[in-house]
Amino acid sequence: MARMKFVCDAERCIECNGCVTACKNEHEVPWGVNRRRVVTLNDGVPGEKSISVACMHCSDAPCMAVCPVNCFYRTDEGVVLHDKDVCIGCGYCSYACPFGAPQFPSQGTFGVRGKMDKCTFCAGGPEENGSQAEFEKYGRNRLAEGKLPACAEMCSTKALLAGDGDVVADIFRTRVMTRQKKGAEAWGWGTAYGNKEPGSHGQGAQDGQGNQYGKQVQQGGQQ
Amino acid sequence: MKRTLFVISFAAVLSACGDKPQELQTNKHDAPAYAGTGKAFVNSDWKQGDKASWESHQKARSQYGQNDYTRMN
Repeated sequence: MARMKFVCDAERCIECNGCVTACKNEHEVPWGVNRRRVVTLNDGVPGEKSISVACMHCSDAPCMAVCPVNCFYRTDEGVVLHDKDVCIGCGYCSYACPFGAPQFPSQGTFGVRGKMDKCTFCAGGPEENGSQAEFEKYGRNRLAEGKLPACAEMCSTKALLAGDGDVVADIFRTRVMTRQKKGAEAWGWGTAYGNKEPGSHGQGAQDGQGNQYGKQVQQGGQQ
Repeated sequence: MKRTLFVISFAAVLSACGDKPQELQTNKHDAPAYAGTGKAFVNSDWKQGDKASWESHQKARSQYGQNDYTRMN
C-alpha cells in the first residue's frame, strides 16, 4: 500500500467549510483550534480558487526534523502523528510547517501555549486504538474503524480526496483528463462537475446585469 | 577477604552514581490501523487484524466514495 495522502481539487472546492465542520465535530476539537481550514485566493473575484488545507503528512516532514523532543512518528501508512505526552508545546513545528498545520490551544489565565494539536488523518495517536484516552487527546481513529478521514468523506463536491496515494492520484488524474483544460480555462461549474460539451462553461453564473462570468474570464484571458 | 570487602564497598559506592535513563521516549509502537478498535463503530466490510483485508477495503472505499466519474458522466 502506498502512503495515505490528501489532495484538494481547487476547481471543485466551493469554500463551504464542510470539511472544517466535519473535522471539528468528529474529533470534538476545542475552540480556537482548527485542524483544517479553507484558504481562498482572489476572494470575491470571478474565478477565485479555494483549497482545504491541513497537515499534509509530508514524506520528509519538517516538523519531525525540528522537534527538540522527538515527539513525532510516522505510521506504516505514512501518516505523521505525534505523542502529546512528549510534546512540550515549544512551537518549533509551527514555524517549520509550510502549511501552518500545527495548532496550539490557549490554556490557563495568561493564555499559556498548550500542547500541539494537528490533523491526524483520523488515525488517532499512540494510545490504544479506539480508547477514550486516544479520543480525548487526538480524536477519533477512523482509519482503525475502516473509514477514511471525515473531512474527505463529508466533502459535498468531492474536492477533497483522501486515502491511498495511488488511488487518490488515479481519481484526480481521471478528472484532469476528462476536463481537458487547465488554469484559467478550467473555470466554471460545467468544467468541475462534468458537462456534455467540452470547452463549455455550462450555464455559468450571471451577475445582476446579465453578464456571464465565464465569458468575462475568457475575454480577459485573451486580452 | 579484604579484596571481597573492597569489591562490595566499591560496588555499593558506585551504585549511587546510577541514574535512570533519560532518553526521550516516544511511543512509536502505535498499534497499526488494520488492528481495528474492537468497537461497534468499525465498518463490517473487512476483518479486523487482517492487513490485506483492511488495505483492500480502504482502496475500495476511496474509489466508490470519492470517484464520481464511475457513477456519472
